[in-house]
Amino acid sequence: MVLFIDNKPHEVPAGKNLLEACLTLGKDIPYFCWHPAMGSVGACRQCAVKVYKDENDQKGRLVMSCMEPVVNNQRISIEDHDAKEFREHVIEWLMTNHPHDCAVCDEGGSCHLQDMTVMSGHNYRNYNYKKRTYTNQYLGPFLNHEMNRCIQCYRCVRFYKDYAGGKDLDVFASKNNVYFGRAEDGILENEFSGNLAEVCPTGVFTDKTLKQHYTRKWDLTMAPSICQHCSVGCNTIAGERYGSLRMIANRYNGDVNGYFLCDRGRYGYEFVNAADRIRKPRIQQRETDREALLSNLSGLLNKPGVIGIGSPRASLQSNFVLKTLVGEHNFYHGVSDSEHDLAELAVKILREGTVRTPSTKEVEEADAVFILGEDITNTAPILALAVRQSVRQQPAALAEKANIPLWNDAAVKGVVQDKKGPLFIATLTTTKLDELATATYRATPECIARLGFAVAHALDNAAPAVADLSENLLVLAEQIAQALRTAKKPVIISGAGCESDAVMKAAANVAHALQKENKNTGLVYTMLECNSIGLAMMGGHRLHAAFNAVVNGHADTVIVLENDLYRHGRKSDVDAFLKACRNIIVLDHSMHATTQQAHVVIPAGTFAESDGILVNNEGRAQRFFQVYESKDMVRESWRWLLDIGTEAGNTRLSTWKNFEDITHAIATSEPLLQGIDQVTPPSQFRVAGQRIPRAPHRYSGRTSMQANINVSEPKPPEDPDSPLSYTMEGYRGMPPSSMIPFFWSPGWNSVQSVNKYQQEIGGALKGGDPGIRLLEPATTGTIKYFEGIPEAFKALEDHLLIMPMHHIFGSEELSARSPSVAQRIPKPYILLSMDDAVSMSLLENYILRFYIGRYEYSLPVKVSNAIPNGVAAVPYGLPEIPYTELPEWATTRAPKYLHTLTPTYTPKHQNT
Amino acid sequence: MFSIIRTMWLTFLHMFHKRDTIQYPEEKAALPARWRGRIVLTRDPDMGERCVGCYLCAAACPVDCISLQATEDEHGRRYPAFFRINFSRCIFCGYCEEACPTYAIQLIPDFEMGEYVRQNLVYEKEDLLINSQGKYPGYNYYKVAGLAIDGKSKGEGDNELEPVDVHSLLP
Ligand code: SF4
Ligand code: SF4
Ligand code: SF4
Ligand code: SF4
Ligand code: FES
Repeated sequence: MVLFIDNKPHEVPAGKNLLEACLTLGKDIPYFCWHPAMGSVGACRQCAVKVYKDENDQKGRLVMSCMEPVVNNQRISIEDHDAKEFREHVIEWLMTNHPHDCAVCDEGGSCHLQDMTVMSGHNYRNYNYKKRTYTNQYLGPFLNHEMNRCIQCYRCVRFYKDYAGGKDLDVFASKNNVYFGRAEDGILENEFSGNLAEVCPTGVFTDKTLKQHYTRKWDLTMAPSICQHCSVGCNTIAGERYGSLRMIANRYNGDVNGYFLCDRGRYGYEFVNAADRIRKPRIQQRETDREALLSNLSGLLNKPGVIGIGSPRASLQSNFVLKTLVGEHNFYHGVSDSEHDLAELAVKILREGTVRTPSTKEVEEADAVFILGEDITNTAPILALAVRQSVRQQPAALAEKANIPLWNDAAVKGVVQDKKGPLFIATLTTTKLDELATATYRATPECIARLGFAVAHALDNAAPAVADLSENLLVLAEQIAQALRTAKKPVIISGAGCESDAVMKAAANVAHALQKENKNTGLVYTMLECNSIGLAMMGGHRLHAAFNAVVNGHADTVIVLENDLYRHGRKSDVDAFLKACRNIIVLDHSMHATTQQAHVVIPAGTFAESDGILVNNEGRAQRFFQVYESKDMVRESWRWLLDIGTEAGNTRLSTWKNFEDITHAIATSEPLLQGIDQVTPPSQFRVAGQRIPRAPHRYSGRTSMQANINVSEPKPPEDPDSPLSYTMEGYRGMPPSSMIPFFWSPGWNSVQSVNKYQQEIGGALKGGDPGIRLLEPATTGTIKYFEGIPEAFKALEDHLLIMPMHHIFGSEELSARSPSVAQRIPKPYILLSMDDAVSMSLLENYILRFYIGRYEYSLPVKVSNAIPNGVAAVPYGLPEIPYTELPEWATTRAPKYLHTLTPTYTPKHQNT
Repeated sequence: MFSIIRTMWLTFLHMFHKRDTIQYPEEKAALPARWRGRIVLTRDPDMGERCVGCYLCAAACPVDCISLQATEDEHGRRYPAFFRINFSRCIFCGYCEEACPTYAIQLIPDFEMGEYVRQNLVYEKEDLLINSQGKYPGYNYYKVAGLAIDGKSKGEGDNELEPVDVHSLLP
């Protein structure tokens, strides 16, 4: 299509609106209410342009560019005098009540309203009346509220309610007085609330954690990073000032997280700044220096019997260097055996099967979704946000039939009403996505697997059939099969959350049965940690084998990499293991039960102080860059291990000098990780001979920030591992997509500058979305269906099957250490069915005492109408509830050997 | 020859002219009020710290010799937790004063800042903050800003209406 803008022809794609088309072409048109992910509603009237009938039309008419579809050979003008004047007036009206706040407003310097005001040329308030004011609300630990600054664009409620499914933010009052907030003060409940700070074009909603150490965007040293808090691997920007990490912001990646992050990812970063971070090496609890540490360790490591335990939350680089240091046979995965097996199963299915695993973006485009066993809102939040959008795909056909373009949000909503596409959820108990589901099924993993197998059989007779299936389940399986069969892009989601290989296999069968007829089928497995898949692709032994090796005397020295073993093994096992170890060497950044028992503690860098590559659940290898160099002895784990290996005379390690050498070695020696040296350009990469600056060109205070220590400025650190520089010097243009430290473009200081980095608005970044997919399905070969359908679950008298419950806040180790997230962590509880509670005469908040093996637990009861009888769930990963491999049978009757019981959690205030 | 004598003559006459040089330091120079010398942080008419920690002066500074950290008190009033100027770098251009939205940072007619040790030219907030409004008396940023602070709730600032009653639908 050809579009004439101010008499110059431009080639534009069809199906867009004028605003999108112009922004894609790099033109500047101010806007507020339109958002690329949420479409247009035409509420703010800021994006006016002139449209002309034909060449001879001199007058034209003003239209809102976000509401007008592109028509071939259309003639428009952005520069037209009337249009400019109109835009200037609109912003003047919006500003009549705007407070004189920029100096004390956290949005300042990255404020879309500031940018648009400057762009449209308004600069003096001519309105001589008083300003309207509002009172603010307390919205919880994540967001600050300053309602005076609102310009009534409605983006916040459109995001929070319509896009993210939130219930507790709304617009109140009327006319010139509308108010955006909650019905009353209180915590914003939605898991994606933090995005309001980026969605709101003004300073009404701002990041409350940033406020505690407030820094303007222009003063941050920023680096492209990857969220470390779940297996989705959202792309983030991490910003530092004065040696502490100040904020996490979204880094657009069209394939992975788009414009949004979840609150765990946005606010989990505060653990980096914790006061109890490990900052100095310690030998036998005593602080020591580098030389003493290295000579001590090389002594230890030159004896036989050294094993290494890796980590699903450490980078490939760190894990690989450890593996090389201790030798392939002595390298163990630091995850529970069941997690180990599930991750390996996922890799196997996605590599050897014929079904492709889709990106989050593709899940968003799916028109039928079947979730087996996984509460993705809590285990892979951004995936849940994508599923929320997927239910709009099928009804969107109605809008298309009515000739309404999909970006026309209000009109599409009008046609679609509350119709939803097919979404089936089979989980243990209620999930937040249930409200969108066509049908839900509450059952134990066994029964969920049976439903999955039945659906697969209904889709393809060759898939194994399920014996003794109840009538209801048969009907449900048929219904699901039917919906999936008619879908164009069905997606099956399962994962490690319910710790069941049967469920994951059932999901694989469904996907493969569908794949026979529909090549667009997708299969997603979510994992428990940010590098679970990467670790599984690297190979290594089970954790219990490590325990046995030491307990049986084959080894006596263990190097634990960024791992709290108490989160992956039963307390008694880990206790016995650590006791049997003569030397425990732990590399980590935070104190935990394992570091407390270590003989040697080495201060490892967090993601902010490290470079590394993680592999997300899509099999996408993504790199995070060091944000800042630590002033003390904190180093990347891999760098420590390189130094230790070199000191100990390891010939292979001593030839590696930096990040690149390790990455090359991984790519050549790990068959499944081939190609990861292509994730980002090499460290010698330069644009016009220059590095890419981590700091914006307005970065301030360079000759002053350290002047209290020494008035002569130190030389800025040099980065041997990447093409990024730690200063503001360097190439000012657009860096390659995998190395964008921050989004900025002249006149666009806010996050909205991402427009300029995209090939087309809302599409991929210029140069392609970053990350390399390592898991592609086998293109040949036949599908072998999984057999081994489990028996249906049967409740046992006096017993409960204990299942893990995942929580977005609390279940993940690192984010749970963040003070803001900590305020949202649930108290320990046990979730019981109504019937079970009644039969045990328990009410809500009563204490239930139960026993797993030799352990006694006392937890307050929560009653659920959804969870099946005979099953109970406890929150996963809370420090108060010690790890035990779940699912596991618990008895409610005290076992005979009561004297050996170890009480593990007893709440302080018992209600009974 | 003639020109040499003329030059000597003119030079000789200068002995009887009024002197431009002064006997500094015994005698002080009269500096105009807008002289750009030593930088101070001023207070508002209520003697509260004027600086709100907006970082604009630091951003405007061409030699980047200002650094600070904003923080706020329990009532939401912002102020700098620390404020540092490295005068060994400062070129006294006055951009910081121009950038300051609160009239907090001001250049004053004082240049007597010589030090033997360069480190002593690093001034902290204690060294910069004075008990005066400086050149711009009367201005109180928080009176015109929308932010509520101790002693000024929403709607109590200059030119502000009472806060909106969210429960009212009256026209
Ligand atoms: S929202 Fe933007 S324009 Fe308004 S006070 Fe804040 S920084 Fe200034
Ligand atoms: S609070 Fe922000 S997003 Fe919501 S209407 Fe006001 S300006 Fe728009
Ligand atoms: S926790 Fe997961 S979903 Fe949330 S931002 Fe991080 S990677 Fe994304
Ligand atoms: S510009 Fe003024 S208010 Fe802002 S930080 Fe500097 S001195 Fe303080
Ligand atoms: S962006 Fe077009 S009307 Fe708001």
